[in-house]
Amino acid sequence: MGKDVGTWTWFHKLASPPHFYRIAGRMIPWFAVPAAILIVASTYGGLVMAPADYQQKDAFRIIYVHVPAAWLSLMCYMTMASAAAVGLIWRIKLAHALAAASAPIGASFTLVTLVAGSLWGKPMWGTWWTWDARLTSELILLFLYLGYMALRSAFDDLTRADRASAVLALVGVVNVPIIHFSVVWWNSLHQGSTVLRKGGPAMPAEMLWPLLVGALGYTFLYAALACIRVRGEVLIRERNASWLKELEAA
Amino acid sequence: MAETDSAALEARDLHLWRGSKHVLRGLSFTASAGHLLHVRGPNGCGKTSLLRTLAGFLWPEEGALYWEGRPVTEDRDGYAAALAYLGHENAMKADLSPLENLRYATDVRHPTERRTIESVLERLGVGPQRDLPFRALSAGQRRRVAMARVLLARARLWLLDEPFTNLDVAGVRDLSAVVADHARQGGIAILTAHSELDLPGSELRRLELE
Amino acid sequence: MTTLTTSLPRAAWLVLERDLRLAFRRWEQVTHPVMFFLMVATLFPLALSPEPALLRTIAPGVVWVGALLSALLALESLFRADLEDGTLEQLTLSGQPLAWLLLAKTLAHWLLSGLPLVVAAPLIAAGLAAPGEAVGTLMLSLALGTGVLSFIGSVGAALTLGSRRGSVLLSLLVLPLAMPVLIFGARATDQAMRGEVADGPLWLLAAMLILSATLSPLATAAAVRVSLE
Repeated sequence: MGKDVGTWTWFHKLASPPHFYRIAGRMIPWFAVPAAILIVASTYGGLVMAPADYQQKDAFRIIYVHVPAAWLSLMCYMTMASAAAVGLIWRIKLAHALAAASAPIGASFTLVTLVAGSLWGKPMWGTWWTWDARLTSELILLFLYLGYMALRSAFDDLTRADRASAVLALVGVVNVPIIHFSVVWWNSLHQGSTVLRKGGPAMPAEMLWPLLVGALGYTFLYAALACIRVRGEVLIRERNASWLKELEAA
Repeated sequence: MAETDSAALEARDLHLWRGSKHVLRGLSFTASAGHLLHVRGPNGCGKTSLLRTLAGFLWPEEGALYWEGRPVTEDRDGYAAALAYLGHENAMKADLSPLENLRYATDVRHPTERRTIESVLERLGVGPQRDLPFRALSAGQRRRVAMARVLLARARLWLLDEPFTNLDVAGVRDLSAVVADHARQGGIAILTAHSELDLPGSELRRLELE
Repeated sequence: MTTLTTSLPRAAWLVLERDLRLAFRRWEQVTHPVMFFLMVATLFPLALSPEPALLRTIAPGVVWVGALLSALLALESLFRADLEDGTLEQLTLSGQPLAWLLLAKTLAHWLLSGLPLVVAAPLIAAGLAAPGEAVGTLMLSLALGTGVLSFIGSVGAALTLGSRRGSVLLSLLVLPLAMPVLIFGARATDQAMRGEVADGPLWLLAAMLILSATLSPLATAAAVRVSLE
């Protein structure tokens, strides 16, 4: 890192790997505990307190997993792409570490979204998979994540993997809205409006609050997981650094 | 900041890592008009990495490179316009003739007349081969054609990675004369070579990498 | 600072001309993807049925999937040879803006790999019993769509340059990004075959072409620089 950071010292300090490694470690419980509380609350609210839907009966309750996971699947991609941009432009290793750490988490949330959607589809549509616009977009998003991770793993050199995958993340993030729009357009042509709308603004409050709490809880879960994973990424990147050897000795 | 000409190229405290290998450890040097810099060292000591860093392919983790007093990262294309790089590969298309290859390589920088290209090929002893497919040339002739590209680039800074590879005695002599000429005209050349260099009438300096 | 005396259009033309000239010395680069395209299209009647009504229904999908796969196949060669012989290095050191030169290079690639697919498409359309009126729209949609594929694909081709096992990886990266092209292209063809006006999807393809031609050379340039690190 350069010496002429000037007024950016706080940023510089945060971006220094040993400092960040410690901070991230300390932050884990601060994210993990709220995540656990919020997710338990949301699950209880969603599965027990919320009334059954008059049309979908109890099957709708899967949205308390499905919707927060879907939200996180997109947010992870945005985080990954933003971190990649920062890493690419300012050549900050930590940003690349965050991007690399976010990808598997995002892919997992995408997979959860797809599985939950599929489980919901069985009682609703009588089939495990239907080419619904949102599910299809989500599937392509999973492909984007898999492509990103495949590209990372194809490089032996970490710096090159970081920078190449960062370019891909940025290209992907420009394409995500285009893909979504095209899939919605395609879907509106090929399928009637028989697809049930999930949720919707008319949702009564006692159904809605567990959903919002759940979304918040899953966001904290992401933050906790990202802290854990980014520490791992920092370790790999700094495996030769002296501060790590001191840490080991201590 | 260095003055424009006293140090045209300045490397300040370069640190370069390749994977887990610390290749350049705080390397600093300057090179000014008329200087020839001979980079030496055993295999794997980072000679090629240094030249690729100077060419702008590799970014040092620490330290910076200045061209005419300005960091090269400020204006990469401007810096590239001032340099000519000869890598391990000759950067020639096997299916095109030397003349065609050189026309594409040179015209992209400066429109160059056919006669100029031909005379440079003559000077480097590959005039008769100018219209043959590049693949038909011997390894030494290929290296000479590649060197013709450097000569035609109208660049002040030459970065030559093992330019004498595959050359016979006459080839080494021709090439040495070309490099010495470049320096006499105020150019800078940084080159790697295993053997001792015989460059008459030029200020030759050594950079040892361990 | 040294300034170059060659203008930007001239520099781009030189890059384009060199690649065209190389292709004329080696025809396989042009002919192989087209042959692949024709063969893939032949698989469908054999695998399904030669019944014209069925073939007509699946024709837009067959042509577009075939075109997509052929374009992917051609992408592999976009930068590989230039990387291996060192000319890619020289391209980045030309002193001209790299993204601009890569735009020219991608255009050359489209002329050599996309345009032949457009020209071959009427053959496949005839073989799949598509109505003659639809051929114009089919070719136009393919021209726009393969253009987008070339630009998106150039990023993928550059990204996989420095990696091990490039070709399968290239498909994994490019296919998800290419799905909108497939959707709009096949839809335009489908509409034309039903005798409808296909303006909507064609304009969308044109918009995507402009967007990808503007942005992707920048990404490709960044990726090429990574591959040379």
